[in-house]
Amino acid sequence: MITRTPRSRYDVVVVGAGPAGLAAALGAREAGAEHVLLVDREPEPGGILQQCIHTGFGLHTFEEELTGPEFAERFIDRLTERGADLLLGSFILDGAPREGAVQIVGRDVGAARVEYGSLVLAMGCRERTRGALRIPGTRPAGVYTAGLAQKMVNMMGVLPGRRVVILGSGDIGLIMARRLVLEGVEVLGVYEILPYSSGLNRNIAQCLNDFDIPLHLSTTVTRVGGRDRVEWVEVCPVDEALRPIAGARRERIACDTLLLSVGLIPENELSQRLGARLDLVTRGPVVDSTLMTSVDGVFACGNVLHVHDLVDWVADEAMRAGRFAAEHALGRPRPRDSVRVVPGQNVRYVVPHTISPDRDQEVLFRVARPVERATIVAVAVGEEREQPIVSKKIRYAFPAEMMRLSLSQADLDKIDAETLRIDVVERPPKKDPKPKGSRS
Amino acid sequence: MTPPDGVQRMVCIGCPIGCQLEVEYLGGDGDAWRIAGYDCKKGKSYAAEEVTDPRRMVATTVAIEGASWRRLPVRTASPIPKDQVLALCRRLHAVRVTSPVAMGDVVLADALGTGVDVIATRSL
Ligand SMILES: Cc1cc2nc3c(=O)[nH]c(=O)nc-3n(C[C@H](O)[C@H](O)[C@H](O)COP(=O)(O)OP(=O)(O)OC[C@H]3O[C@@H](n4cnc5c(N)ncnc54)[C@H](O)[C@@H]3O)c2cc1C
Ligand code: SF4
Repeated sequence: MITRTPRSRYDVVVVGAGPAGLAAALGAREAGAEHVLLVDREPEPGGILQQCIHTGFGLHTFEEELTGPEFAERFIDRLTERGADLLLGSFILDGAPREGAVQIVGRDVGAARVEYGSLVLAMGCRERTRGALRIPGTRPAGVYTAGLAQKMVNMMGVLPGRRVVILGSGDIGLIMARRLVLEGVEVLGVYEILPYSSGLNRNIAQCLNDFDIPLHLSTTVTRVGGRDRVEWVEVCPVDEALRPIAGARRERIACDTLLLSVGLIPENELSQRLGARLDLVTRGPVVDSTLMTSVDGVFACGNVLHVHDLVDWVADEAMRAGRFAAEHALGRPRPRDSVRVVPGQNVRYVVPHTISPDRDQEVLFRVARPVERATIVAVAVGEEREQPIVSKKIRYAFPAEMMRLSLSQADLDKIDAETLRIDVVERPPKKDPKPKGSRS
Repeated sequence: MTPPDGVQRMVCIGCPIGCQLEVEYLGGDGDAWRIAGYDCKKGKSYAAEEVTDPRRMVATTVAIEGASWRRLPVRTASPIPKDQVLALCRRLHAVRVTSPVAMGDVVLADALGTGVDVIATRSL
């Protein structure tokens, strides 16, 4: 599968060989694309999964709880069987979508130009840094993003420090808290500026509670101190506007390391260079129902499109993107989308941004605030009236968890409007709050 | 083990949904339990196990020589008793393997006498 000398033209070229890229290549091959090229700047495929050594991957795809590397290896094996060219240690620098070509620089190819029928963007995302947050204080060594620390501990065999404070309770921060404890490092606490954790409840249970690591909500790090190395961080409670409360007690915590788990940003420099329009909320490309961006023949999937929490949905989405990319490359026409999908009440964003009423569709979205007992409603917004098309009751919704709503052909037939709005509406509490064993 | 008193609440770690579970020991002739809040049968068995014999999967790394990375990721083939998790990690600090290793290879058999093997989670 590994190539050092790519062809000059491929049906489908995929940028990034993480789970999204691997699944997109697989989807493209299955849909009939003969020549598929997968390019990654790293020396091996798998993307972020190679450093996510904890279990929790693949429950839906393989009906087993796998670790990240196991999930990656299974996909790599499946793709090897199907056949695709994999070019490693190579970076897609730029492209000329009008000419259907990309420029690659790399270890083996030097600089090369490759033509494509379709291009799939699967570049993943990168971590926000302290610079992006602007924490005041000195600039000592010992401040790391949680994902970098994860790679150091799990692959390079280097511990970031001995006494660690973690800022941000996203899943990466929670997972790293446990990883460090298992490696004999002291984790003093996890601080979260929001009044709730942005990670999954299961991770709070099994990563923090299991090891008695305290989680401090509505609290942030206000200063970092130390000459050459971090010696302390100062933490302070925040108000509802997330500002440090004036006059509140600021506590100094002696530590040698600060890990930041403060969010991921889709890596879209290349997408922008190609001219793809971005969504201001997801920071990923705007896509249609075939996951094609605003640039003809350029598709996007995985974390570069919007940050996912589950690799299974990344793989699902990417398989579809790969399939549509192959169909586009093979010149199979498809009807244009005619309905815009927009976020409504308590919904931060919806992907894709348009749908076609002539085929089944799944829309993915996130809520803005956590809610218990809610109903997801898809509302057709016409000029004169609004008509609910589908509604689905749910028990909980958390911003950390991506939600999915399937729209069947029958549902789509009911849309007599150009806009479909997705709302998550709270339901009044039940009279008898005794929980039942089954889904309510 | 003596069953705990009162209602115990916990988050199911069986899948990312994270159902809020409730377990209560009712006692009596049938040694009855009340378990609520689960969305699937995995949650029900997790709740019962969590109050009698809590177990966890352990995923960590061991040293590897001759490979492109210095650490090989490993995990327990099935969950082990929760109170042995840290001891197992300490034991694994002493393990050193040599490349090549295939995904699924046993790195430490019958870890700490639990009957559970520790296996490699990638080829390296
Ligand atoms: C710490 C952490 C814990 C997680 N835990 C879970 C979990 O328990 N369960 C679960 O299901 N999911 C989990 N996830 C989510 C899941 O792993 C990710 O959503 C998924 O890996 C994203 O896949 P991707 O292919 O989009 O991105 P990535 O895996 O980031 O892959 C992108 C690839 O693109 C390459 N690339 C980027 N730009 C270029 C370029 N210009 N040229 C060439 N190559 C390029 C990169 O080198 C990289 O290999 C976790 C994620 C993280 C970060
Ligand atoms: S009860 Fe079932 S659905 Fe709910 S968290 Fe546990 S495994 Fe998931």
